Amino acid sequence: MCLAIPARVVALPEPDAALIDVGGVRKRVSLALLDDVAIGDYVIVHVGYALTRLDPAEAERTLALFAEAQIAMDGA
Amino acid sequence: MKYIDEFRDGELAQRLARAIAREASPSASYNLMEFCGGHTHAISRYGIKDLLPANVRMIHGPGCPVCVLPIGRIDNAIALSSRPGLILATYADTLRVPASKGLSLMKAKARGCDIRMVYSSADAVRLAREHPTAEVVFFAIGFETTTPPTAVAILQAAAEGLSNFSVFCNHVLTPAAISNILESKEVRELGTVPLDGFIGPAHVSTVIGSQPYEYFAEEYQRPVVIAGFEPLDVMQAILMLVRQLNEGRAEVENEFTRAVTREGNLKAKALVAEVFELRRSFEWRGLGEVPYSALKIKEKYRAFDAEARYGIEYVSVPDNKACECGAILRGVKKPTDCKVFGTVCTPENPIGSCMVSSEGACAAHYTYGRFKDVPVVATSAAA
Amino acid sequence: MSAVRPDYVRPIDFKHGRVDMTHGSGGRAMAQLVNELFLREFDNEWLRAGNDSAQIAMPTGRLVVATDSHVVSPLFFPGGDIGSLAVHGTINDVAMSGAKPLYLAATFVLEEGFALSDLKRIVVSMAAASRAAGVPVVTGDTKVVEQGKGDGVFITTTGIGVVPDGIDIAGDRARPGDAILVSGTLGDHGVAIMSLRENLAFETTIESDSAALHELVAAMVAAVPRIRCLRDPTRGGLATTLNELATQSGCGMVIRERDLPVKPQVAAACEFLGLDPLYVANEGKLVAIVPGADAARLLAAMRAHPLGRDAAIVGEVIQDSLHFVQMETSFGGRRNVDWLTGEQLPRIC
Repeated sequence: MCLAIPARVVALPEPDAALIDVGGVRKRVSLALLDDVAIGDYVIVHVGYALTRLDPAEAERTLALFAEAQIAMDGA
Repeated sequence: MKYIDEFRDGELAQRLARAIAREASPSASYNLMEFCGGHTHAISRYGIKDLLPANVRMIHGPGCPVCVLPIGRIDNAIALSSRPGLILATYADTLRVPASKGLSLMKAKARGCDIRMVYSSADAVRLAREHPTAEVVFFAIGFETTTPPTAVAILQAAAEGLSNFSVFCNHVLTPAAISNILESKEVRELGTVPLDGFIGPAHVSTVIGSQPYEYFAEEYQRPVVIAGFEPLDVMQAILMLVRQLNEGRAEVENEFTRAVTREGNLKAKALVAEVFELRRSFEWRGLGEVPYSALKIKEKYRAFDAEARYGIEYVSVPDNKACECGAILRGVKKPTDCKVFGTVCTPENPIGSCMVSSEGACAAHYTYGRFKDVPVVATSAAA
Repeated sequence: MSAVRPDYVRPIDFKHGRVDMTHGSGGRAMAQLVNELFLREFDNEWLRAGNDSAQIAMPTGRLVVATDSHVVSPLFFPGGDIGSLAVHGTINDVAMSGAKPLYLAATFVLEEGFALSDLKRIVVSMAAASRAAGVPVVTGDTKVVEQGKGDGVFITTTGIGVVPDGIDIAGDRARPGDAILVSGTLGDHGVAIMSLRENLAFETTIESDSAALHELVAAMVAAVPRIRCLRDPTRGGLATTLNELATQSGCGMVIRERDLPVKPQVAAACEFLGLDPLYVANEGKLVAIVPGADAARLLAAMRAHPLGRDAAIVGEVIQDSLHFVQMETSFGGRRNVDWLTGEQLPRIC
């Protein structure tokens, strides 16, 4: 459902608007649903709005979980 | 693309596949419903089924807002667009949904109705601003992810005092649909649809949080794992569900921790609560009338409610008799169980909505998985 | 007042003027437009002869003819315009049979009110593309339709070429065991166009890949004369072209997602909009099918040419009575790559 992608905030041209970048493609999106967004933050964008921030630490943790998946079993 | 590519890594996929195969007990069967259409699409597009053992079965749920939109509501949208001086702004997803009298929004557009595709609700507001003499109606669809953007649009229009903007609201709610499935005869009594656990939607959950699913886990004793949108997320979630089922647990777990918290997006929820309230009942295509499952615009914002403004009357239109979308949306049947799948009903000429939206179970299977229905012995001749 | 030259004709105002119905009526205004714009820019011996047709010497070999209508909107986009697109597109259609393109014909249907400055820009661009490719526009026609009945300008181009004997390249010649190659990155043109659509405005440096491929084809045929199929994946993208070839040849195909060349920005733009690069149009790329044993040699020849720098072997032809095109996903599973259904539209879900 809800096609949404993680994007990096590269500029804050006006209150409630951000310029985001995904793989070199840039677009203006609304920040009406999110407070305190800073340049460098990653946000999830859906239909032209930033819905939530993406937590880089959690992202790394999740990736590590994937990598662990079989190690735990192999050890058993 | 950061935070996208890493979650599609083929090698990690193989690891997760091996882990799932090891941990899924060969004497048990794991029937997991992925509620969200985006997950259905990911599973088909990446061929995830190939990486799962035979006793882990994915059932496609009704989390596709286009698929569950009743024909009657599209008819209403077409009728609106036929009014002279009215511009109907819509997301592209709705354009090809077949409605009554062989029409669709796309066909209505070909006949001269002013229907414009927009990417964002903000574009609809802009249309109203730029065309002060036209009436602009935004055809709002979607689950809880897409609802806050509509709320913002209405509040924006109110703040600007736009008198020519309104919304035809068709927003629906995820927990109500999950309830409906779990309460259905096939699941509750007959046991014809074995449903052991759910993969919870990714982006809906960023808005509503993980908390609303706790009720289902508790009440119906089924584990729920909220999964991110990428194929590795889906596989990890499947592994987590397998583990819960093995251990006899029925909890809500969050795989999508990088974007989902327990409370969700409070600001978005508040904006939605400001503008919308629950409808007592709403018809879902395939599920029938579902109580407290959809939203309407509050009295306070009546000026922006297209249903009030244009006196829209909803007339329920039954599905084509041969169409099995209803059963498919509830996970009772598979696309290949439908008599007209792939012959009369194709993405080119869809009879039911499961075939129109690329997330619908039928379209996904037709587009990505059809070759598996036939035992094709695909060998290459020696060069 | 100084004397006015007796043969003075007021020149067309290309800066501010607009197309009107007299430009299509066959009278003086039309002749003036033809002279001051089309003849001046395309300038060659055939057009200078001033006839309604061009007489050309009969070449030896098999004659190839191709025609296209061009209705692209917007008319101007990064990397090209409707004019250069028209020239490249028809040259490519001719070249896909292994033929050397020789001549072009071009017709213009102009909408009343269309800015002459835009028309001139388009014609100048067409003439430049035609000269660069070495394929002259030898005859043409102009008509004008009332305002509201056209999209600015529609262009139709027809191309003639010649295939030497011994070259047999056609859509039904693919056989199991053949290799499938693409000449470069996929989806550039479609993404460049979409970035200009009103409600999708996103910033990207992606340009259309519109280009004439006949010289690349000549190099390819010289290296591997027994190429089986060539086709340019325009509307509908690579997926549609492969399905066409599979159906025509009566076989199946398997391609590998990880071998498909796609620019990161194109991949990102497709993510944004929920599109699949496999279905996005290309205007300067080709698909080649060649016996497996010749694949490496063909790849080297393609990569040695500027328009084939990013060429890659992406899959192979297999036996399949149902003519499916399948793909091994980068994820490890397999999926269908089906025909394009309807129009590729961005989605929210």
